[in-house]
Amino acid sequence: MPDNVANSPLLEVDDLRTTFTIPTGDVKAVRGVSFTLDRGRTLGIVGESGSGKTVLARSIMRLNLGTNVTTTGTAAFDGNDVLTRSPSEMRQLWGSEMAMVFQDPMTSLNPLVRVQRQVTEHLCRHLNLNRSEARQAAVDLLREVRIPDPDTRLRSFPHELSGGMRQRVCIAVALACEPSLLFADEPTTALDVTVQHQILNLLSREQADREMAMVLVTHDLGVVAGRTDDTMVMYAGTVAEYAPTVSLFADMRHPYSEALMRSIPLTSFPSHTRLAAITGRPPDLIDPPTGCAFSPRCPYVQDHCVNEAPPLVEIDDPAHRLACWTPVGSPEALTAFEKNLAAGLPQAVAVDVSTTWSPTGGVDG
Amino acid sequence: MAGTGKAHLRPGDDVLVTVEDLVVEFPVGRGRTVKAVSGISFDIRSGETLGLVGESGCGKSTSGRAIIQLPRPTSGSVTFRGVDLADLSDEEIRQRRTHIQMIFQDPISSLNPRRTVGDIVAEPLRVWGPSDASEQEAIVDRMLDSVGVDPDTARDKRPHEFSGGQCQRISIARSLVMLTNRGNLHRSRRRSRSSSRSRGRGRGRLLICDEPVSSLDVSVQAQILNLLEDLKAGYGLTMMFIAHDLAVVKNISDRVAVMYLGKLCEVADPDTLYAEAAHPYTDLLLGSVPEPDPTVEIDEGLIEDGELPSPSNPPSGCRFRTRCERVTDLCSSEEPQMRAVGDDHFVACHHPLAAVAG
Amino acid sequence: MDTAVDPAVAARRPWIRRFVAKMPWVTRFCASWLIVIVAAAVFADLIPGLADPNYQGFLFGDGATNEGPGLSHFLGTDNNSRDILARIVYGARVSLTVALAAVFMGVVFGGFFGSLVGFVRGKTDSTVMAVVDVILAFPGLVLLLTVVTLLGRRDLVVIATVIGFLSIPPYTRVARANALSISRREFVTAARAIGTKKRTILFREVIPNVLPTLLAYAMVNAAVIILLEGALAFLGLSVEPPTSSWGTMVNASRVDLQINVWPAIWPSLALVFTVYSLNNVGDWLRRLRSVRSAAL
Repeated sequence: MPDNVANSPLLEVDDLRTTFTIPTGDVKAVRGVSFTLDRGRTLGIVGESGSGKTVLARSIMRLNLGTNVTTTGTAAFDGNDVLTRSPSEMRQLWGSEMAMVFQDPMTSLNPLVRVQRQVTEHLCRHLNLNRSEARQAAVDLLREVRIPDPDTRLRSFPHELSGGMRQRVCIAVALACEPSLLFADEPTTALDVTVQHQILNLLSREQADREMAMVLVTHDLGVVAGRTDDTMVMYAGTVAEYAPTVSLFADMRHPYSEALMRSIPLTSFPSHTRLAAITGRPPDLIDPPTGCAFSPRCPYVQDHCVNEAPPLVEIDDPAHRLACWTPVGSPEALTAFEKNLAAGLPQAVAVDVSTTWSPTGGVDG
Repeated sequence: MAGTGKAHLRPGDDVLVTVEDLVVEFPVGRGRTVKAVSGISFDIRSGETLGLVGESGCGKSTSGRAIIQLPRPTSGSVTFRGVDLADLSDEEIRQRRTHIQMIFQDPISSLNPRRTVGDIVAEPLRVWGPSDASEQEAIVDRMLDSVGVDPDTARDKRPHEFSGGQCQRISIARSLVMLTNRGNLHRSRRRSRSSSRSRGRGRGRLLICDEPVSSLDVSVQAQILNLLEDLKAGYGLTMMFIAHDLAVVKNISDRVAVMYLGKLCEVADPDTLYAEAAHPYTDLLLGSVPEPDPTVEIDEGLIEDGELPSPSNPPSGCRFRTRCERVTDLCSSEEPQMRAVGDDHFVACHHPLAAVAG
Repeated sequence: MDTAVDPAVAARRPWIRRFVAKMPWVTRFCASWLIVIVAAAVFADLIPGLADPNYQGFLFGDGATNEGPGLSHFLGTDNNSRDILARIVYGARVSLTVALAAVFMGVVFGGFFGSLVGFVRGKTDSTVMAVVDVILAFPGLVLLLTVVTLLGRRDLVVIATVIGFLSIPPYTRVARANALSISRREFVTAARAIGTKKRTILFREVIPNVLPTLLAYAMVNAAVIILLEGALAFLGLSVEPPTSSWGTMVNASRVDLQINVWPAIWPSLALVFTVYSLNNVGDWLRRLRSVRSAAL
């Protein structure tokens, strides 16, 4: 591989916007997202439902089906924009270069087809293997994703496998042709906590062994912590904060990241710890707010926040990017918070009455 | 029958519900049955929140539904306020539904999509009274207000116009209408309202929450958890909180019971349980919780498959032995009984992680 | 379509206009046709200038047989010099009554039994479904012939009742399948936990959720019934002449088909339009419902 290719980012997304047209209007699901992902790195995309995290991943994979979807911007994979590729060119890319693991392992496998064919289908198409070679490759893959007794399992139908097993099969299918980029869209949300742990370990192991880049999409901050190099926090179709995972968790600067963190109960908290819930609801993406999307729920909101959307800019640490006018911990934030509290703004009051929270404090409870 | 023991059951008048040797079987066709719950015992004190935690298929939801007798358990007793519900007729059970309520995992599915919110919340009043329309409306408004839903905007809308979190609030409001307004049937409004403020008023009213926050976003989850805590304090409710999320269960419970494959593993107060897990399964669960802290060491070794054995053919002896690192011959031959390992800390394991007290 | 209207404003509009605003134009056309044909059939006696459908003008030297479309008879006359337009309008009464009877009996009886057995399950379920399967297996034509022979008459009431009875089983099946899945939803469990009586749950929680699917099915089924009546008429098993029905008209036109195709074309067109409209409106209703379910 030439040096210049190896050094350029694997994926470079610039101002990606995805809109769904529905009878009641245009849902702006992704509203201008830019990021880069280097080879062999892992990126965690965290957000709640409606944050656009899944739509973003599917837009890059060109898997947003339907005629009512428009995607603009660029998503350069290996230097070539995938958004302008023809369907047949995309088919070349799917499986061999980019692959995806979905949330629901039951629906992403064809219930009428045995595991063997689901796994070997891609192998045959992309690697031109004959039947026995493909079968051997499938056995190896199942063994690699730690499925016990792979020879028997190849003859099973998906419904004969447990949820965790099915997700392992999906991972095997995704890894079959050695992709250089794997999207894992909430891969463990449907699974039990012990199985989730195994699957995440498996994904981390495979990612490291294959030097494959991975995008881990999840709603759970706990899933990205310790498993990703960088984390991107999304809110209402935009990037709120983007930073190396370690520095993000050490110093959450966006009020939304902070609030999200505050609202999760941790096993380290004593029982009956009052949680700092985020008041209100995410904005309507048909008619999103002109200013910062989080401003209606933000305890530090000022007039400026409502009127103008903050750009995503680098702060002190160049790798730490933030879209906020009043970052957590800044003097402006403190002044704004006290003013909001005095004015009795519900989101400020809600934060104030919670026992674990202090407006000047860092992330640690 | 060989259950997992009853050492953890507590004596006393303040115990609201006692479940003993509960067995729930479901037919799976061809005359065969599967035991979703196979002989568990637990109790809940008045004003207490019991957390029941376990993975999918362990029988935790079935146990909760067995308390409200939907469906009726196969065997075992559910003693509520000193009366065994299993002995009661369907009509007697129906009469008692005003004291036990349940909220469900899927907030949208638990509301009829074709009825308005006001209509849904008023349903208990149509069954139990008061029948006066303006009185009904006042109660509905008060309850919607107390769960944080604006009655004026919500009353005439249908469930699909609301988010999951709001639907869960509406569902909670419906349960509260049941649990708090029964007194209005015979007593004057004034008296019931003044007595509802005292903690003793709600004594003996049980709210079973079956995974109430599992399908909600984390920020909404916190709102609902806080709401449940407030309502419990405000109305003096007793709660049974069923969930798979250990952190959520720890947050809301006064006592936690861990279930595995139809059996109880460990019972303790949450702080003890999470600090000094005695059952290897509890330990495995706690080790699997993804902590939102990158500095926490992750046990990368856990990668092999270790999934629930089929409940229709459970392992002999200790049900967890197929996944347990501390397994010995004893585990397959003899079923462990619940025993104390500390102050109000009980475990059903032959080789617990903490030293057995006494 | 006015999609850009402020929802608050839209909500204040009468529901019928909001309903129509969401219709594609083809569906609007189809719905209009159904309204026109139903109104014409119901108020046929009041339509000014509409001829007597059984008046055979040529017998009285008043008009000819097999006239083409013209000013005196808009759609022409048939081989008995009867006005085709009038016969179509009065024929709609038979076709639509039969369809309505089938839908009514299907929705009311099939819907009720289906919802009931889907909700209570158990023995009632197996018994009712066994009966339903027997009726489904029994050849409808034989039943019709038996009843007609036994009663010795073949009027609209008999035909409509027999066809209505025969359409109960399919509705029962549709309703049962829906009620089964609805009964598993948690709001039904919630209602039981409240202490609502079973009968109330059936009527308040289950049936209202079964009805929309049933009505969408009814639209498609009505189209099938109209065709069925046409087929029966063609076999000479529908209402007795001279009462017109669309099927009888097509049947009668066979004789002089080489001379005049109009008597065959017009009732066929009415049939095609009506069946298509029912299908289209039925599909639209079903889509409307699935959109709402998806939003849940």
